[in-house]
This record gives sequence, structure tokens and C-alpha cells, in this order.
Amino acid sequence: MFKHITFKPLNDCALLVVFGDSISITTHKEIQQFHKIIEQQPFHGMIEAVPSYTSICIYYDIVKLVNSPLRKHSQSIYDYIVTYLQSLLQKNVQNFLQANRMIEIPVIYGGQFGPDLAFVANYHQLSEAEIIKRHTAEEYTVYMLGFAPGFAFLGGLDETIATPRKEVPRLTIPAGSVGIGGQQTGVYPFETPGGWQIIGRTPQRLFLPEQYPPTFLQAGDRVRFRAISEQEWRSFV
Amino acid sequence: MTISVLKPGLFSTIQDNGRYANQQYGVIVGGAMDRLSYLIGQLLLQQENEAAIEITIVGPTLRFDVDTVIAITGAYFSPLLNGQPCPMWRPIAIKAGSILQCAAATNGARGYIAIKHGIQVPVVLGSRSTYLRAKLGGFNGRALQRGDILPIIASKVTTSNYFIRHEDFISFSKDVTIRVTSGTEWAGFTEESKQVFLSTSFQLSKDADRMGYRLQNPIGLTHSLQKDLISEAVTFGTIQVPPSGQPIILMADCQTTGGYPKIAQVIRADLPKLAQLQPMATIRFTVVSLEQAQQIYIKQQQQLALINYALANSRPDFFEHCSEG
Repeated sequence: MFKHITFKPLNDCALLVVFGDSISITTHKEIQQFHKIIEQQPFHGMIEAVPSYTSICIYYDIVKLVNSPLRKHSQSIYDYIVTYLQSLLQKNVQNFLQANRMIEIPVIYGGQFGPDLAFVANYHQLSEAEIIKRHTAEEYTVYMLGFAPGFAFLGGLDETIATPRKEVPRLTIPAGSVGIGGQQTGVYPFETPGGWQIIGRTPQRLFLPEQYPPTFLQAGDRVRFRAISEQEWRSFV
Repeated sequence: MTISVLKPGLFSTIQDNGRYANQQYGVIVGGAMDRLSYLIGQLLLQQENEAAIEITIVGPTLRFDVDTVIAITGAYFSPLLNGQPCPMWRPIAIKAGSILQCAAATNGARGYIAIKHGIQVPVVLGSRSTYLRAKLGGFNGRALQRGDILPIIASKVTTSNYFIRHEDFISFSKDVTIRVTSGTEWAGFTEESKQVFLSTSFQLSKDADRMGYRLQNPIGLTHSLQKDLISEAVTFGTIQVPPSGQPIILMADCQTTGGYPKIAQVIRADLPKLAQLQPMATIRFTVVSLEQAQQIYIKQQQQLALINYALANSRPDFFEHCSEG
């Protein structure tokens, strides 16, 4: 594993370790694996590692690195880090990945909670029940978190229910809204403006700053949506 | 032991050095926009990373209900302490009952009121910085409002009377040249766009906040890349080009990931200069190498370390004496 890895600076205190150029489960797994490794064996001066679809961004403290006794004087800070990362990548790594968690997200679909469910059904010439069935049938993978705290980029939407974004974005979408935007689906952790088609809402909080890690979903998790009744919703809130 | 907010000013928030190690969860770094002015305020009070008040364009009026020491840094907000002009860039003894009034900035955009021992709001995920979008940190996760009561710790009044020559560190010019390194998608931009980026000036629009600065240029920038890139990490100083062709510079409260092509990246040492720009300012860009950018930043940090050393060892010969006493 870990072939075809390239490196490029993001700025003067961060670099990207690039694992591929398209969204794929293989690339995702490599990134998850390397993220675990680098978090367990950070270099002196590393601040944090941020995985995304095809790369991991590694932020570092230049002042700590410039004074590091481990770095040869002739070697630039960037080259020093790249050499370190390459040595980690070349090690015959154990499989650090634990079994992925399976997370269920309860969703109340349609009505006031999913004002665009009817539009999505109509767009595909399907019943609302069929949209719900196809949305809850798939197993999704959390590729990355970004955009907002706890916002998960999910892969695996059934292409037959992919729906274009609204022409005019809504000014506010309530927290917990479950939407479809093109080929993507996901849940808004906060009230925000947005252009996705809102098909339902979950009572589950996605950002939990009082705990660590502070998010309900984490990269690598597998996710399923489960339709719940209004009565069941009330037991959550 | 509090500070009462009599007037909040235009946009005053509690900030420190930022919230690290949570970007993988989508939690932004945030923190002071002008890290240099913020840090100098901390050095003057001989502390690190305590919560200060970041003030923007129009400053607040505050009443101190306890003895303390403060330092005001950043843009000039014509501060008055009990009606008398109050110097900046030095420690100031505050008696309980004192009122600090800040007016509109006459240069720059952002100021910092550093308080001895900081403001005692809770630490959330390693930082006291306010993150508005998630209503996180700071004072109830929001900008200060009239009537807010900020908890602080009393401090005995000290009499040190030196100040920092801030001109050595920070520019408040309306026309700036900002140094950048090339962005990860630099090669995908057309030759003409690269030329425009480096040889013409950009105007800062009214859309300029803690999250990002929108720039304007009559020509605009184009590239031959796909319309939507796969989202990846972005950071403070990333210059993105959305389909409009008008660049956006991401600032302290920027999101952790983005999908627009990145033409360039502001070097870390020049971010404070950028943080002090008001709308309508003009910006030119010039490219430096990665190694140059790092050298410039290291030099800036060494200067700060020297000041810190001098203050810690009370070597007033490093500083100018202040006539007001």
C-alpha cells in the first residue's frame, strides 16, 4: 500500500500528502490508515493532520522545526518533513484500522421536516415512500468532515435519487436537516443558509463540543439512515 | 471582578491564538485576525495565549470593576481612559471604576485589548476564541453586546513604563503589497490570469469579514481546470478563485476545507497586514519562494522572542521610555 504518494506545500506552514486524484474507497482507506499512523508518530513541531477525500493536510510549527536538532542544517524544513513522512510511508505498516463503526441516524422524512421530499419524488417520478426507501437502503461512508463542525461528506448515494440543488437557496435550514445536493447527501449540524433539497430531519446532534472527539460522526464511519415516526421523534427531543 | 460592556462597538469578540487540532472534525482554527498585534499585547502583559478583546472598525466602551493591567494594540481607536488620552502598545494600570472608551479606527481595522490574566470565559476545545457560526467559545459564542459582564481576575497595578515601537512590526497602510507563495492550482490558471494577478491591483470589497475578503479586479481570473475540484484543506490566507473570477482571501474564521481552485497563498508573516485592511483598500501581490516565506516568518518570530526576553529580564534599554509616565 501507499504507492504513488506525492507531496506539495499548501502554504509556508502546511503541506499536502496526496494519495490520489479521484474519490474512491481505496484512497479513502489509505488516507484513514496513514492518518492513524501520523497521529501516533507525529514529528516534533507537527500541529495537526486533516484528512480530506484525496489528501491529508499536515500543519506544522516552523519555529519548532527550525530549532529541531533532528534536521540537518543543509536540509530545508519542507524537505525534512517530506523525508520523515516518506520514511513512515515505507514502513511495513500494521493494519491500524479498527473495524469501522456502523452508525444509525434516525430521520423523520417529509412534511414540515422534509419540505422538499415531494419535489424530489416528483423530479424522479417516484413516490415519496420510494425516495425514503432508496435513501435508507444504502450504506454510506463518511469520507471527511469539513465545511462546518460535524458536517460529514458521505459517499454512496443511490444515483437514481440524485437531485439538483434548489435554484434559489433557502435563507435558513434548521439544524439536523437531511438533504440531497446533486450526488451528495448529508446532514446540516447547524442552522445555516443552503441550497440542498431537504427531505427530512434528525433529532441527533452532530456536533458535541462537550466531548472528545467533538463529533457524532467520524471519518471512516459507515452510516445508515432510519425512518422514524413523529412519535419516535418526540422520544429523542 | 468583571468588565462591563457599556457599548459593544461595531463588532467586538473574544479571541486568543486559535483552536488547534480539531480541523479534522470540521472545527475551524479561528483566533485573532492580526496575530502580531494580539501577541504583542500578550508579551506586554508577560503572558501567553490569554483571551483578549478583538475590536473592529468602531471600538467599545468598557467599565472595569476591579484593578487590573491592560495593553491596547493594533489599529488606532483614539482610546480615552476616564476621558484622558490613553497610550497604546504599553501596559496601562487600571483602577477599579475606570472607563475605557474607544472611537472609530483612524488607521487599520482591528485592535486588541489585552487584559492581565485574560478574560475568564470557558475554554472550549482548547481555546477561548469566539466562533460565531457554531456559537462556540468566547462570550456565549457571540459578539459582545451592551450589558455583557466579562469575568476577569484582579491584578495588582504595576508601574512599568515602556512601550513597543509597533512601526517595526506592522503596517496600517491602505495600499499594500502582500507576499504570496504559489497556490496548489497555480499551474491551472491561464498565462494572462497569472499576469493579471501579479501585475495589477485588486480592491477589497465591502464583503470583508473574519471569514474571508472578497477582492475585485476589472479583468478577473480564469483557469482551465474543472469547475468543481474535490474538496481539500484550505487555511488562513488561501486565495481561492470561484467561477466569478474574482478572488477570495480566506481569513481567520475560514472553513477547514474548500473546493475552489487556489491561485496563491498569503505568507504567514503578511497575514497581520491583511487583517488591518478596511474595505476599498488596494492590494498588490508578489510571489516569494516557500523558503523565503519561512525565513520571513522566522525572522518576525525572532523579533518577538527578543522583546519577550527583554521584558522578562526587565531590560528597559530595549524600549523607548514613555513620556506620559
